[in-house]
Amino acid sequence: MTSTVSSSDPGQAARSERSGGPILEVEDLTVSFPTQDGPVSAVQGLSYSVEMGKTLGIVGESGSGKSVSSMAVLGLHDAKSSTITGSIRVDGTEVVGLSEARMRKLRGNTVSMIFQDALAALHPFYKIGAQLAEAYQVHHPSASDRDARRKAIEMLDRVGIPQPDRRVDDFPHQFSGGMRQRAMIAMGLINDPSLLIADEPTTALDVTVQAQILDLLQDLQREFNSAVIIITHDLGVIAEMADDVLVMYAGRCVEYGTTKEILTHPEMPYTWGLLSSIPDVQASTDARLIPIPGNPPSLLSPPSGCSFHPRCSFTDKVPGNLCSEKLPALTPAASRVEHLKRCHLANPDAIYQAEVLPEIAPELVEENR
Amino acid sequence: MFAYIVKRLISGFLVVVLVSMAVFALFWYGPSKPAQAICDRETSNRCGDRIEIYQENLGYNNPIYSEYGKFVKGIFAGREITFGATTYQCDAPCLGLSYNTKQPVTEELVSRLPATASVAVGGAFLYLLFGIPIGVAAARRRGTVTDKALVSSFLFLSSIPYYLFALLTWLYLTVLWEAPFVSDVGYFSPISDGPLKWFGGLFLAWVALGIFGCTQYTRYTRGAMVEALSEDYIRTAKAKGLPARTIVYKHGLRAALVPVVTIFGIDFGILLAGTIFTERIFEIQGIGWWSLQAVGNKDLPVVAATAMFSAVMLIVSNLIVDIVYSILDPRVRLS
Repeated sequence: MTSTVSSSDPGQAARSERSGGPILEVEDLTVSFPTQDGPVSAVQGLSYSVEMGKTLGIVGESGSGKSVSSMAVLGLHDAKSSTITGSIRVDGTEVVGLSEARMRKLRGNTVSMIFQDALAALHPFYKIGAQLAEAYQVHHPSASDRDARRKAIEMLDRVGIPQPDRRVDDFPHQFSGGMRQRAMIAMGLINDPSLLIADEPTTALDVTVQAQILDLLQDLQREFNSAVIIITHDLGVIAEMADDVLVMYAGRCVEYGTTKEILTHPEMPYTWGLLSSIPDVQASTDARLIPIPGNPPSLLSPPSGCSFHPRCSFTDKVPGNLCSEKLPALTPAASRVEHLKRCHLANPDAIYQAEVLPEIAPELVEENR
Repeated sequence: MFAYIVKRLISGFLVVVLVSMAVFALFWYGPSKPAQAICDRETSNRCGDRIEIYQENLGYNNPIYSEYGKFVKGIFAGREITFGATTYQCDAPCLGLSYNTKQPVTEELVSRLPATASVAVGGAFLYLLFGIPIGVAAARRRGTVTDKALVSSFLFLSSIPYYLFALLTWLYLTVLWEAPFVSDVGYFSPISDGPLKWFGGLFLAWVALGIFGCTQYTRYTRGAMVEALSEDYIRTAKAKGLPARTIVYKHGLRAALVPVVTIFGIDFGILLAGTIFTERIFEIQGIGWWSLQAVGNKDLPVVAATAMFSAVMLIVSNLIVDIVYSILDPRVRLS
């Protein structure tokens, strides 16, 4: 039953034609919100692209602009209370400034989004099946209620909900947390989107369920051949899922490259901090986690120069007060072109291998105990 | 669910018993003598020693529990009531005879019900008819000049004492503007006498009650809508590509209605229990009007009956609200 749906879907045919070019191109995206204390720049000068069948992971702390930038892709920000500049092209269509009517046709159809905390993101008063059917019917106006329901059951089956023909009539609160997230994913994929944005899809779930959901997302991505953006603050999720990684800090991209490259040769102290703060399963339970000192900066009055410099312990390796005076440009890493980083350090890879890696490598943690 | 309803009905019944006991106690142990007022009225203020006869006749010389026992027996089995030389038969459910008219209270209560129910239904209808759409409109325009103007003008309106508002409505619509609908206002006529007459008699009361009451429904609806529209599931609805109308009404209003319906149920119960100001000002001789008159006349059986009736209306409306709530919000299970 899995193959019948996608082959009859017009989206599938259109998709095979545009193999090659990226499905999503973001260029110099800036999102700011006017507040009583002045404008807050939640995202500044962000550029990235995602190709069909690929997964981009966006990592960063709360408030780093991960969700804000991806919501801009769907045009989910209220036009009256936000200012968006730059360019977002979905499958070649410019989305910034697109009319609401045309934007609506993209949402949930070409691009769809699944949210964290599925209990809050699903309407508590409507049955799961009705919510899925609604998502289908809005983009398939000719589909009858029965067709939409059949489609909903089929999608629930595909995301691994047992007895989907019965559970389709359950309300969200009757599902377990993992099942709700599965239903959310089913809703996101019901129109066979080219791009799926998953905003912290596993945050509210326990670890075993997290793994199941991530596996499911990977399987479905392979099956649907869609591009995926996964937003998370968990580098473990990135390591498992993503082809490329974009590290965000204070609304800016600070490091961007292939996952393997970023995880093995990170060149930005913030990324080092993220890697250091991952708990090690093999390490002793007495070993302390290494946190990044300080708090994320206020976007109302961001720090001068590099946004990360107040929390960075490597500023003394940069001559003068460069870190606090000048915003580093996003430049290619030493010998690798497909890796961009925003840091003044002259030879970050050497510092990482010499100073950071020994600290987070498990065998040394064992010895230091 | 069924067990829940039975439990609620039993506790509601206990409340009604307590209300009736409290009313009785007020007449026995309160500062004024009910018999005095009736004696004065019936003897053209030459009561004097005859107060004793009235005290005896009305049962105020007997212990309160024995009179209360007679009252309760009357409700379930009917009883005979003697006033002076005449003995009246009062059939179950007997709530006593009015001291004032010597008529069975139950019959009078039933005969006054249509007037009060008409006021209540029309007023409550206007609460929702104006309150919900204006509240939704304000919530959608949250923070704009329109929203602020609506909210502040409605706050101003609801800050006026209701009796003043009702009197001004009456004054302006009838005397000053001579509005066309309200020519024969002031006398409730049952709907069986012709719907136009019924409508004309109630129009003013509905307008006063509806416009005044809808202000708070506007505020409830606006508040609930603003909250609902900021929920995650609204973002989900938008991300699905649903049109704005579907998002606002099907997803937003559906959730916002739950608290509004809750308040509405209780308000409707209060309206059914009798609207004293409205009925008094617009001369609609319903239950509110009657209870006010009975308090003035120290007419114990009528006061007790209207108090118990109010209690029953409130208990029933609360119960209905709870049941409706569990239908509206599938997460709520009655137990």
